[in-house]
Amino acid sequence: MKYMDEYRDHERVLRIAGEIGKISARKWAFMEVCGGHTMAIQKFGIPSLLPESIRLLSGPGCPVCVSSRRYIDQAVAYSRINGVIIATFGDLIRVPGSFTTLEKEKAAGADIHIVYSILDALKIAREHRDKQVVFLAIGFETTAPGTAAGILNAYHEGLTNFMVYSSHKIMPPAMAALVEEGVRIDGYIAPGHVSTITGTSIYRHLPGRYGLGCVVSGFEPLDIMQSLLMLVKQMESGKPRVEIQYRRAVTEEGNMKAKALMEEVFETRDDWWRGLGVLPDSGLAPREKYRYLNAEVMLVADPGPVREDHGCICGEILRGIKEPRDCRLFGSVCTPVNPVGACMVSNEGACHAYYRYNRS
Amino acid sequence: MCLSIPARVDQIEGDMALVSVGGARYRASLQLLDGVSVGDYILLHTGFAIQKLDPQEAEETLKLFDEFSELNRQLDDEELSSGKRIT
Ligand code: SF4
Repeated sequence: MKYMDEYRDHERVLRIAGEIGKISARKWAFMEVCGGHTMAIQKFGIPSLLPESIRLLSGPGCPVCVSSRRYIDQAVAYSRINGVIIATFGDLIRVPGSFTTLEKEKAAGADIHIVYSILDALKIAREHRDKQVVFLAIGFETTAPGTAAGILNAYHEGLTNFMVYSSHKIMPPAMAALVEEGVRIDGYIAPGHVSTITGTSIYRHLPGRYGLGCVVSGFEPLDIMQSLLMLVKQMESGKPRVEIQYRRAVTEEGNMKAKALMEEVFETRDDWWRGLGVLPDSGLAPREKYRYLNAEVMLVADPGPVREDHGCICGEILRGIKEPRDCRLFGSVCTPVNPVGACMVSNEGACHAYYRYNRS
Repeated sequence: MCLSIPARVDQIEGDMALVSVGGARYRASLQLLDGVSVGDYILLHTGFAIQKLDPQEAEETLKLFDEFSELNRQLDDEELSSGKRIT
């Protein structure tokens, strides 16, 4: 497929691995903060190609994984209101809440639809005027503009039976918080698709304030290898900076139109991240003007107390201080078919990716 | 869900496009992106075109891989013949 196959050329990948080995005189630890990268790195076996001096860590880049259990509990509570239809991405359906999942609720009769896009959720609302449709809006800067567009469509159309329950989060506060917390990394493989929207100015403080390397990377093996090479070069030369490897999709300024829509619809708020706790201005909620499209404002349903699972170390994995195989539940009690924590449910979660591609 | 895939724009009607990924076809909203034409490659994410893929940059990146390797091969050869390490 165009833009994919040519970036999977094995011989080129091996050549770059060789270069990395040759120029890295010291040990370096780099973190990827995008679920797509976590998946690709495991799928293509990147760690096994790298010299010993390079360590890769997974960060809080899977939106499902960093979201709170309370979010699922609240969605379940909404689904139990008479006349409410829940529209959700498939990723969320099996994520364990405190006592149940959306999948189990659906089997028990709740009106829950899996959609691929917020546009499908709007369609459901148009076709069921007698019901209230709640769209579970989750994701980082890549996904939030779509939600903004959906909210604007509903607003302009005068659709009154559509609402969004937002768990949207933005990446920079988490990337800074990790370093502030003292997680030892030398640079970030910065999220490629987040950056298609945001551009690169959001990373400016990373080299300046923290001395971290930062390369915005694509998702094919060659992309990732080249990004690592760029990071190693930056660090070996003592000149950390923000660079774009994923030039075919990312520009310095990003997608201005998408950013403007996001700005129009959302404001930031403090939000909770698994592993990191509450981070100031790290979440997105609809502005006052769109309050009647905000489920948190319009619907009342008590989710009850939150119950966390004992033994799940997702939080530490998302901070890059533990690996999935450090979890005693990994692969035995906790598997993709029977997930205990969110990191095992989502394709982009570190535990899922390890289980799938790296079990030996 | 975070997945964004490269897709070719086959047809445009208003702010919707028909795009293809390999053999599969999808509808993509163009609400988030201006200046899309038939034949362009876009990144498709949850039903929206979020960015255009730049064919020239794509070629450049690939060329860079090769030029870099070529340069290193030359350095290797020099190192071998001169017995000195070049950094
Ligand atoms: S293996 Fe399962 S229980 Fe352990 S950290 Fe991962 S998701 Fe949590």
